[in-house]
Amino acid sequence: MTPQYQTDGATGPALSVRGLTIDLPKDMERRHAVEDISFDLQDGQILCIVGESGSGKSVTANTIMGLLPSSIRVSAGEIHLGGAEAGELIGAAPATLRNLRGRVVSMIFQDPLSALNPLMTVGEQITEVLTAHGVGTREWQRARVIELLTEVSLPDPQLMYHQYPFRLSGGQRQRVMIAMALALEPKILIADEPTTALDVTTQAQILHLIRDIQRRKGMSVMFITHDFGVVAEIADSVVVMEKGRIVETGSADAVLKSPSHPYTKRLIAAVPALTGENRAAASNAAPEPIIRVEGLGKTYRIGSALFGGEYLVKAVQDVSFEIGPGRTLGIVGESGSGKSSLGRLLVKLQDGNGGRILFEGRDIVPLSDAEFRPLRPKIQMIFQDPFASLNPRSTIGHILTVGPVAHGMDYPKARKEAQALLSHVGLDAGAFERYPHEFSGGQRQRIGIARALMFKPKLLVADEAVSALDVSIQAQILELLDQIQRETGVSMIFITHDLRVASQICDEIAVMQKGRIVEQGPPSQIFLDPRSAYTRELVDAIPGRMPAEARLSALN
Amino acid sequence: MTSATLSQPIRERWWRSRTTRRFITNKLAMFGLGMIVLLVLACILAPHLLPYGSLDIDLRARFAPPFTGYHFFGTDPLGRDVAARLFEAGRISLAVGFSAMLLSTIIGTLVGVIAGYRGGWIGSVLMRTVDGFLSFPSIFLVLALAAALQPSAMMITIVIAATSWMEVARIVDAEVRSLREREFVQAGRMLGLSGAHIMFREILPNALGPIIVAATLTVARAILMEAYISFLGYGIQPPLPSWGNMLNGAQQYLGSAPWLAIIPGAAITIAVASFNFIGDGLRDAFDVRSDGH
Repeated sequence: MTPQYQTDGATGPALSVRGLTIDLPKDMERRHAVEDISFDLQDGQILCIVGESGSGKSVTANTIMGLLPSSIRVSAGEIHLGGAEAGELIGAAPATLRNLRGRVVSMIFQDPLSALNPLMTVGEQITEVLTAHGVGTREWQRARVIELLTEVSLPDPQLMYHQYPFRLSGGQRQRVMIAMALALEPKILIADEPTTALDVTTQAQILHLIRDIQRRKGMSVMFITHDFGVVAEIADSVVVMEKGRIVETGSADAVLKSPSHPYTKRLIAAVPALTGENRAAASNAAPEPIIRVEGLGKTYRIGSALFGGEYLVKAVQDVSFEIGPGRTLGIVGESGSGKSSLGRLLVKLQDGNGGRILFEGRDIVPLSDAEFRPLRPKIQMIFQDPFASLNPRSTIGHILTVGPVAHGMDYPKARKEAQALLSHVGLDAGAFERYPHEFSGGQRQRIGIARALMFKPKLLVADEAVSALDVSIQAQILELLDQIQRETGVSMIFITHDLRVASQICDEIAVMQKGRIVEQGPPSQIFLDPRSAYTRELVDAIPGRMPAEARLSALN
Repeated sequence: MTSATLSQPIRERWWRSRTTRRFITNKLAMFGLGMIVLLVLACILAPHLLPYGSLDIDLRARFAPPFTGYHFFGTDPLGRDVAARLFEAGRISLAVGFSAMLLSTIIGTLVGVIAGYRGGWIGSVLMRTVDGFLSFPSIFLVLALAAALQPSAMMITIVIAATSWMEVARIVDAEVRSLREREFVQAGRMLGLSGAHIMFREILPNALGPIIVAATLTVARAILMEAYISFLGYGIQPPLPSWGNMLNGAQQYLGSAPWLAIIPGAAITIAVASFNFIGDGLRDAFDVRSDGH
């Protein structure tokens, strides 16, 4: 049988980390992944470790699990496991660690698709955990797996047992991961950004599930996240990390309401607030819209008509809206809602079928690539992934000037404008000669924005332009976009999955679901008085809608 | 603005990059590179340093075994110096190998980039052509072509290139297909760049790694192919030496003068193995996943 743990009240920490220092390989930008960190995971509590990318939070989690790559070494400190199997984890024999892993300490990961084996059914994968630790007979294992699948609220556990991971949605896969982590009733669960890759409504469900299971089983949970919204939702206590050091610890209440360290204050302030207030108009709204979309549609054909099995996916259906000069329309939706397809249709990276896009009064849908080329400079796009959207083999100078030069600007002029724009978006002119890999994510996104601005466009389409960035960088980029709009009067279409971000920058918001716009209106309507059930569900799922006083004190 | 956005970017030079370091630390690849450099130097310098020309006949010194006087590798049935002939042949064999590689890489890259980027019916037609060429037994094709045409170093090069560009085309096609979906390519289209500009200026530089690997391995295959053809008598014609026709001439003296076969044989083996070592080393060096060993 599985070992059962009694939670006999407050018996000291389930896990305590003392003076932990982990070295990085020599040629990295800093010497230590984490430096002299100490914290306790109290029995039966949820501890959130918060930090931005590169803060060392995931390295800490992997060290506890004994899963560090061989190039990274622990140079000092100890990790003490409390409870029935008390012991020191640093320096323990690999066999001891393997025995503890899964049974006493268990982990769930950010990306449930790559953490699951695509060639094994859900049932087989969970059974494997039980078999690896030699627990139970075959019949007992099967019953236990069904019980686990029921426990994480997966629909139809009998059927789910025989499913392959690719058939499940992101949320269902994460539930399978949780079931697998719970298989041996571990005392400690480490969750490394388990909801970051999920949609908001799914995220809310998974957070609820983790909290619920933690309470029922009296588990201790170490929850790693970058999102203070999630912290407000789930944490009992909080550890804030910056560049490998702990800058603040305390109860969730204390840290959220009265953060003491400037970095914590900055992080909390950077979490986009859901204002529900309408944005001050950037310009006096001119009556003539810059772009008007009427009944736009896009249908994908999947499979082959020739060999049968062809079916149609309606990515965008009957979408209509218009934007005036200098205004921003937010397009909000979960993955698969068709918002990115819509963005691609607007800049004609894809051709629509059905409907009209009137840009300055001219329908651009029927135009061929060659006919549309002269119009391209007026409609520009900012892409999601700052690492993929810049050609790694081109200098920043080339990236910025290649477009204008192709449209007939002479190089010296393009070069001058590029250098002026670089300083405008907050980079020094020396960036001109460098390559993309020499810059951080936020810096690259600034380059992407500068590239789009080289043509002085009339319309900017920003497709998830801040989703891949840390919150503090996110806030800076939003500020930059706002400033640019006020200076140039460019209209913007801001595509995002994050309602909080949309509330920051949009004059109007359109909510998309399954290819259709289900609701459209100013932020005050969408957030405070949503008309459609789906919008209400989205707004309710936003993690950690903090009370206003918490935010105010954070800002001071 | 905080220090985070404006911190100094990290500069990295290519000779300090991980790719270069992975290649330099690969012993087999460095051995291969060393051998090729030696071989090329020898082929360039030897005819100037050796006291005999490759065509000088000395019937009194027929079948001299290696290290007879200044005949370091001995002499052949006409008393010609084997060392002089070997390095003269090396010039031809290596030149044929390199030119065939260049030609087939250019054709393969063109076809692969266009097929991969355009896709659709253009891609289908191009790649089915590749499949068609691949399903031909290439040795017979080479022999048939070589028999029909007047053999010369140029002709051999073209024939070899015509039968070895398909592999490059397939590699480039696959690489370009995956690069085409990347956002920087979309960004290029958004800027209104022409298709040719996107294919050759934006995408191609990112596919250079696999192309270089394929090209290196193609040199090895081309040298081997030239040796086959010349050995069978359809290639470089005597009295001009090539490693293949030196082997051909050595056949009947295998028992009495084995060095006539062993020496050009060894040259072929060393050249081909070295290029393969370099190719494998480059492949590992370009593969980011091989880091951390």
